[in-house]
Amino acid sequence: MKKRMLYIVLFLILIMIIGYFCNEGAVDTDFAHKNIGPSFYYPFGTDWMGRNLFFRTLRGLSISLFIGIIASSISAFIALFIGMTAVFGGKKADAIVTWMIDFMMGLPHLLLLIVLSMAVGRELKGVILSIALTHWTSFARLIRSELFQLKEKNYIKIAEKLGKGKVYIFQKHMLVHLLPQFIVGWVLLFPHAILHESSMTFLGFGLSSEQPAIGILLSESMQYLVTGRWWPAVFPGLFLVIIVLLLYCLGKDLQKYISQK
Amino acid sequence: MAGYILKNSIRMFLLIIAVSIAAFLLMTYSPIDPLQTNVGQTALGIMSQEQIEKLETYWGSTLPPLTRYIQWAKDFFSGDMGISLLYRQPVSDIISQRLSNSIWILSAAWILSGVFGIILGMLAGIKEGTLLDHIIKSTAILFSSTPIFWFALLMLMLFSVWLKWFPIGLSVPIGVTAENVTITDRIYHGILPSFVLSIAAMPNIILHTREKMITVLESDYVLFAKAMGKSNQQIFIQHGMRNVLLPAITLQCASISEIFGGSILAEQVFSYPGLGQMAVTAGLGGDMPLLMAIVVITACFVCAGNLLADVLHHIIDPRMRFGKGNKI
Repeated sequence: MKKRMLYIVLFLILIMIIGYFCNEGAVDTDFAHKNIGPSFYYPFGTDWMGRNLFFRTLRGLSISLFIGIIASSISAFIALFIGMTAVFGGKKADAIVTWMIDFMMGLPHLLLLIVLSMAVGRELKGVILSIALTHWTSFARLIRSELFQLKEKNYIKIAEKLGKGKVYIFQKHMLVHLLPQFIVGWVLLFPHAILHESSMTFLGFGLSSEQPAIGILLSESMQYLVTGRWWPAVFPGLFLVIIVLLLYCLGKDLQKYISQK
Repeated sequence: MAGYILKNSIRMFLLIIAVSIAAFLLMTYSPIDPLQTNVGQTALGIMSQEQIEKLETYWGSTLPPLTRYIQWAKDFFSGDMGISLLYRQPVSDIISQRLSNSIWILSAAWILSGVFGIILGMLAGIKEGTLLDHIIKSTAILFSSTPIFWFALLMLMLFSVWLKWFPIGLSVPIGVTAENVTITDRIYHGILPSFVLSIAAMPNIILHTREKMITVLESDYVLFAKAMGKSNQQIFIQHGMRNVLLPAITLQCASISEIFGGSILAEQVFSYPGLGQMAVTAGLGGDMPLLMAIVVITACFVCAGNLLADVLHHIIDPRMRFGKGNKI
């Protein structure tokens, strides 16, 4: 299992690096070779401007991963902060946090993203911000309940009776339990962030159409669907699913690994 | 009981108001200039100052936000949702038409995903560790990792373009007047979108039900029931189903939000003229009155779902009524 996790991480890093260097190949137009189906030279075919879809897909995946890392990291820390505020900030703070989580969940996630993207704008910065600002809710809830349970544990109560300070108890006794949970939750935020990024971009609220993001590739492919050109729709989506699945497996493996320890 | 419902209803109502305020403020502070997006840079350039001012008042970018919110809320509660800036029609007309299109596929997807999701989840849970369980579980995980819009694209390609079984878009046939649209037409056009939506909503309920079923079957009381010589069927009916059904139904009520969210994507792909597609158009075009109405209506549905989940839980599960201490 350790090996599998390592391979997944290496593979994802590899995709990110290769995708980074694919930029030129991804935007190069070649009208002599447009609309070619999958072949040896063009494994994923080419689009209506003769751009190599293989490079475009790789580039898109690397953009997605990049956005996913940043957005889910910000989100995870927001969740940690809010979860801790609820537990250590007293009853009022807890009530406010619970209400805020309910409030954020009062709208479907995607609609929330649409509304939020109107305020924070589109493009890279807007996408990262709106995803980061909306993904913390269930994770914050998890951290909150985890910490509340810890707080009720006998050894924590004994430590309190022994006169240890709050900070000491948190560092010595709670962090050890919280940290692994935090890391798992963080990794499991990834796939969500990536799926929402591509959905937003697909709808037109995300990256602009010059960027070869997966959402853009797929929304472009829709125009050619009726003509029977399937490759621009199938490959980018398929690889997005593979990446999301890998991230999910990574998170689950990590969870198992930690609980075994 | 009535007090509980009342208390929660008030809470939900306040939540909806808060959502509407937040949405209003977010849209007001939007850096996307509605004039630039809808009128266009070149058109703005050749317009006179007076014309621009007139348009600015039309798109409402002159008054302070709070005044505008209060104005909007007052109108909204008296039934006047404003005029859509893009369509130049009363928002309430657009919403009621779009909602009546959407409600078909939304409720079909909700019921289908609920029924099949719970059945498949229970089945996988009972047969834990077998091939069947493996297949159900992996398929559910696979679909939960699949973007809805991509799955919708594949289905569109397969069933509409290649097999030509279903239409490519819209909720009614083209070139037919509203009176001549039959119920079969509606169903025919709604099949693919609701199929995609229900598949997309299923993994969540399947995985939860499966997990719950496994915990129940591993419990001490099931072991005791086995020791008493009850058959598997009896155990399933008397213990398994009862304990699993409750959280499953609650979860399904809370999943309305997800189905609404998914419908935005599915309707966009199938160009189905529903509420979700409208949200995209309104969002991209900066049509604030329309988007506000969509936000409030959707929030109402989501909150009603959550309320229903709470109340059902309260009614069915006596532990919720008597044990007050263990709420965390």
